[in-house]
Parts: sequence; C-alpha cells; structure tokens
Amino acid sequence: MSMFDGLKYRRVFSPIHNLDPRVKFTYACIIFIVAILFWEFIPLLVLFVIQVPFVILARVRREWLRSMKGAAFLASVIFTVNFAVSFINSGYMITFVALEYALAMTFRFLVLVESFSIFFLTTSPDHLGLALEQTRVPYEFCFAFTTAVRFVPVLAEEAQTIMDAQKARGLELEKGNFLRRIRNYIPILIPLIVSAIRRSLELAEAMESRAWGVSKKRTNLYELKLHGSDYVLLTVTVVLLVAAIYVRLYLPVPRLAEIFDYFAH
Amino acid sequence: MVKYATMPVIETRNLTYTYPEAAKASIVDVSIRIEKGEFVLITGPSGCGKTTLCRCFNGLIPHFYHGTLEGEITVAGLNVKEHPTYEMAKYVGLVFQNPENQLFALSVEKDVAFGLENLGVPRDEIRSRVDWAMKITGIYELRERAPYELSGGQQQRVAIASVLAMKPDVIVLDEPTSFLDPLGAKKIFEVIHRLNRELGITIVLVEHRLDLTVKYADHIIIMQDGKVILEGDPHKILDSEDMRLIGVGIPKVTRLYQLLKADGVKFHGKVPLSPEEMAEKVRRILKTHD
Amino acid sequence: MIEVQDLHFTYPSGVEALKGISLKIEDGEFVAIMGENGAGKTTLVKHFNGLLKPTKGRVIVNGIETTKVSVATLARKVGFVFQNPDHQLFAETVEEEISFALRNFGFSPSVIEKRVTWALNLLGLMQYRKTSPFMLSGGERKRVALASVLAWDPEILILDEPTIGQDYQQKENLRQFIMQLRTQGKTVLVVTHDVEFVAECNPRVLLMRGGKLIADGAARKVLTDPEILAQSSIVPPQITQLFIELSSLGFPSDIIDLYEARETLLKAFGAAAK
Repeated sequence: MSMFDGLKYRRVFSPIHNLDPRVKFTYACIIFIVAILFWEFIPLLVLFVIQVPFVILARVRREWLRSMKGAAFLASVIFTVNFAVSFINSGYMITFVALEYALAMTFRFLVLVESFSIFFLTTSPDHLGLALEQTRVPYEFCFAFTTAVRFVPVLAEEAQTIMDAQKARGLELEKGNFLRRIRNYIPILIPLIVSAIRRSLELAEAMESRAWGVSKKRTNLYELKLHGSDYVLLTVTVVLLVAAIYVRLYLPVPRLAEIFDYFAH
Repeated sequence: MVKYATMPVIETRNLTYTYPEAAKASIVDVSIRIEKGEFVLITGPSGCGKTTLCRCFNGLIPHFYHGTLEGEITVAGLNVKEHPTYEMAKYVGLVFQNPENQLFALSVEKDVAFGLENLGVPRDEIRSRVDWAMKITGIYELRERAPYELSGGQQQRVAIASVLAMKPDVIVLDEPTSFLDPLGAKKIFEVIHRLNRELGITIVLVEHRLDLTVKYADHIIIMQDGKVILEGDPHKILDSEDMRLIGVGIPKVTRLYQLLKADGVKFHGKVPLSPEEMAEKVRRILKTHD
Repeated sequence: MIEVQDLHFTYPSGVEALKGISLKIEDGEFVAIMGENGAGKTTLVKHFNGLLKPTKGRVIVNGIETTKVSVATLARKVGFVFQNPDHQLFAETVEEEISFALRNFGFSPSVIEKRVTWALNLLGLMQYRKTSPFMLSGGERKRVALASVLAWDPEILILDEPTIGQDYQQKENLRQFIMQLRTQGKTVLVVTHDVEFVAECNPRVLLMRGGKLIADGAARKVLTDPEILAQSSIVPPQITQLFIELSSLGFPSDIIDLYEARETLLKAFGAAAK
C-alpha cells in the first residue's frame, strides 16, 4: 500500500466531482500556500480538519483514508527527524517548541497529501485532460496524457499475460543470483516492448483514419464552464488565503506552550 | 432488390501496391467497382492482400505507409492519391480488427466525438451526431464508461459509432469480429446490416467466416496472393464448382447443397447461403414429391 | 488425468470467476471448453498448469495437487499455448525460441538440438530455423508458438483460442494436427468459441457460463440440445441450424456433421420419391 493508492480515480457522482478541475486545482494549491505560511501547530490542525467535510461530501472516505494511511509512514519519519533534530539542538531537552515544530511539519505534509488527494480522487483523468486543453496546453500533450492514462490498465494486463505465457514455458523469475534474475525478465520485456510498438502503430493508423491532423482549429465535445458551486469554492478559497495572510501579519497565533500554560493555571 | 448502379463509390483500376522495402507487391492489378449502397464482402486466405486493399480506400496507403502505389483509385469521387487521409476520413470510415487499439479516450462519447472534434465541427452538432451514432449502434447507455471497462463486442460498436458519427459514404471493416464471441459477433453484423439497409451506407466487410456473413452480402470479392480471383453476386460465385473456393471455406450448408447436387439431387433456384435458405429448398423438394 | 474438485476462484480484484467446478479429464481425451467471453474458460485452464491456484477446492494433475508444486514443474507435463503468439515470442531466431523452454527444463544440449529439429519438422518450419520470429506472418508465428511448447513433449496440451484470426486452410491444418496428437495418446484441451471448428472435430464439450459448468458431453449432444443452447450464448453449427429448421418435418435435430447431414437428406429424398 502506498499513499499513491489514494490518488487513483474512481467514478462517483458527488457535488465535489462536478466542480471544475481548474477551481479544484487552485484550491489545492492555495491550501498548500496557506500551509507554508504557518509553522505553528494549531492553524495547520485547523487546515487539516476543515477539509474533512469535503472528503465526506465527495464520498471518497475509503480511498482518502487509504491515502492517509499510506502517508502515515512518511509522516512519522518527518515527525521523528524534526523532533530529534530540535531535541539535540536544545541540549537533549524535550521542549514544547520542539514538539510544536515537529507536529507542525508533520501536519503541513498531511495537509498537502489531503488536499491533493481530494483533487485527484474527485477529478477524472478525462476532466484533467480537458482542463489542460482549456488552459492552452498544446492538444498533442493533452492527448498523450489521456491516452497514457487509458492504456495503463491495458498494458498492466498485457504484462501479466506475457508473464503467464513465459512461466508456462518453464521460466522461473526468482531463480538464480541478482544478475541472472534481471536477465530472467528479458523474455517478458521484449514481447511487451514489441507489442507496445505494434499497438502504437495501430493507434496511429486509427487516429489518421479519424481525421487526426486537420490543421483547422479543433473543437471539443465538452466545455469547462464555471458554475455557481465553482464560484462558491473559489470565493471560499480566496477568503481563506486573505484571512490566513491577515492572521499571519497582524494577529498572534496561539502556540502549544501558551495553551498548555493557560490550562495549567 | 434493385440496385441503382450509376456512380461507383469505390473504383480501382490496375491497382498494385508494394510496401516500403518489401520484395513483392501485396496487391497486384486489382480492378474493382463498388456501387453506392452495396454490402460487399472481401475474403480470401491470410496474407491475400485484403487488409492492404482496405488501407488504400481511405488513403492510409500511400499517405501513411508510403511505398509504391500504381494504378488508379477513386473513392467518393476523390482521387485517393491526391487527398490526405484526414480528408478521406470524411467519406470513408475504417474499423479495425483489434477493438482495443482504436479507442483513445477515457469515455465512450469522447471517443465517438474524436473525429468530429478533429474536423472542427461546432459543439452542438458534435453532441447531436454523437448521440445519434451511439443510439444506432446501441451503446448510448454506455456513453460515460471507459473503453477498457467494456467487452470486446461493446468496444467494437464504439469503434463503429465513432466512424458513423462522421457520416461517411462508406464504412470499411477489417475482420471486426475475430476477437469476439459468437453472440458479440452476431450483434456487430446486425448493426452493420442495419446501417446498410436503413441508412444506405456502403459497407465493405473483410471476413474469413463466410458462414456468418455471406447472407448479408450483395457482392463478394475473393482474393488470393494479392489478386482478385473471383468477384460478383455471392449466389453466383458460391454456385460455381470452382476449385479455388475450397480454400476459402464456404458455409457448411452451401457445401451440403453442392454435395447433394453432385449426388444428383435437383434443386430449384439460387444456391443457399444460410440454413434458412437451405431448409426452404429441402422443404420444396419434399413437397414436390408428395 | 486432470481432476477438479469443487473449484472456486476469486481474482484479487474481487471478481468471482469460478463458482464450484468439478470434472475429470482422462488421459488421451480431446476436450473443447466453450462459453462466452468472461465465462471463466481461460481462468479454468490456467489452473491446470498452476498459473492460478484455487481459492477453494482442489485441482489434481496426474496425481499431484497443483498447490504443492511450482508452475515450472507442472508445465513439464502440461503445455499451454497462449492465444496471441506475440505474448511469448522474444528470441532472435525461431530455433532459439523453441529451445527456450527446453533450456528452462534443463535438457542437455544434444537433446535440445534433437528436439528443436523434431518440432521444426513437425510444424513445417524448417526453412525458418535461423529467421527472426518477428519477420514471420501471423499464421507462422502461431505455429512457432505451438512448436515451442510441443518441443518438450508435454502429455497434456492446452490451446487457448487457437482458431482466432485463422483462415479456413489454417484451421483445417490445425484440426489434422490435433488428430495426429491424439493418435499419440496426448490429452488435448481447446478453449474456443468457434462452433464450426468444434462441430468438425467432434470432441467432448464442456460448456461454461458465469463461472459454472452448465453442460458436459459429446459435441453432438451439447451443441444440439435446445435446452442447453437456450441458456448459453452458443449459436449452433450451421448444419444443426438447418435440422432445427427442419425438425417440424420429422428430421432429427442432433446432427452436426456435414456427411451425416448428406446421408440423412438423401435418404429422406429417396423415401419421398418412392
């Protein structure tokens, strides 16, 4: 299991899925910027928590949890390293400052994973391609992107079939020393490459046959248009950014030590 | 059925083609004439040049494959040698053997729209033509699915819809059912039969399995070693005792008819191409004896 | 002998491909496994050389339970020719392609040399010995793939969709080749949906649907039984379709063979003429 599992798109219908991919991407980026603005734990925790309703609304809780679990290992590494460094720097003392800093860094990372996994979990690769197209990325690149996504499952299945075919001819992948093991993969890689080349030729032929390459301006079946809900999210995002900058510049941000002191007295 | 044979939609004269760096020509001296609205079946053993001929119809040969093309070829009134494939694509739709390698998009409707998008057709018209093509081919319900989630038969219908949306004069299908199971194959043949009868689209179907397809055909072309060896009305062609038919694999009921004829049974009318036609002949014989 | 006891198989994705299959295939039998795409045909045969292991139930090949040994050990007895030859061809020459499995199984160089020559002759590929398999035509590549499996002389041979994309003559050659293998006492399993091919070979037919076995018997019986046909997607062979059409006239509808059809009709015509 890895944190990338949480990035795999699954077709669901939800208000979040219907949002414009460009708006969602802006949202994810701004969340990231806000997260960088703070090195205190409390605002980062808030940033983490306020995104949870999005996950629930998008009905991708299971996938999101999986990506958070996947991120947990890296998060604990970040925590340990940061904490250990300040522990050593502060003369082998456990301080609130050290704890706060380590926690903040960890949550900054978690917020990042959270917001981008919301983006990828709720945006179909098709929409992503479309968003690229309408942000004036050359069509060839967008086409390459969606085609690559389209053929990933096909190639994975093909690799499995080739592996089965060669195992049926007595190939044992795990046999021998390191070098031998690498060589064992040759009978799998060659058919895979040959077939990918053949496939791309056939694809090119099919594309030509469907009028690929007409110089006239291309049109598109879909058009991305901002709807009411997109403006809502965009406004919320901008307000969040402005508020965060204001807080950063003019208001005191509560620290863990202060809260602890407050409750201790 | 009366055919109004006025203007051929495909015509070739002494067409000979050699792939780049190939030792010998893949098609040799092919002269055929396909009328508008016909259902044409092209058959012949593997390597006889069927696929190569299909590639000439929309200009993949010579524009994509290069090589040397001699003779003349006119499709929908255009000289193929002078018009690039993307121009021919408006008149000739090609459907290939492997359904997997001719769908590029992540949803069915996006794939069906691909050609129209390339041609720069306005969005509203794309939408209406895509919906129309998906309904005729029976894939409207699948429009939001990804191609890899579909069965081979469904994928092949998407491929047909995607060329149909361009409203071509001719649809050329190169062994479209070889990866499908019998039921999936039957559905494909029914769809193209409908396109032919109801919309008057000329169909050129390349197929090994005459038993499944010959009953739909008005015109059959049999190739061998790059040459057209027999051509004409399927009822006439399959009635002949021509030895060259043996290698083609004629339908079993047609073979049965031929065997019985050789045994001295007197049949009336045309050679049967389907079990129904053969049953009719058997019934007639038994009745005349009563 | 292959023995399958209450075999269930679920893919890691959660798809339940086999739902309780039990059957026995004796040595020297010729079996066609039929059914629509997705019925579980290929999943079933992949259990016979251990590529897949049962989720529940047992598969026993020549007395060995498939979970107890490696694929390589089972493959020595069970040859599996995949549908698409391009999924296995990789070597520089046809000769090397065929010797690949022999080297994997540890045959000595002199035996390999002999076996390769034997297999090349068997499938009429001698003139391509030093040719790259990628230079050959589709039909020839299919033969190289077959030769590369036959070379180690497995007792059981599984062919997955061998007739796909093959023309009439190639199918006829394949049929004769299978008949030849049978005279040598080989067990041959063919996964196919080509009814006309099955009608010509007349093997035992296992008909699958939705991960279950819905019929098991002679081709002549399975392919002509209206009840079985009604619940599967099989389109009966043309000859059978003819006799189903004629059944109201008192003809038997269980005919799949061309020559039997000819005799039956000749007799009926003769009787009617009298």
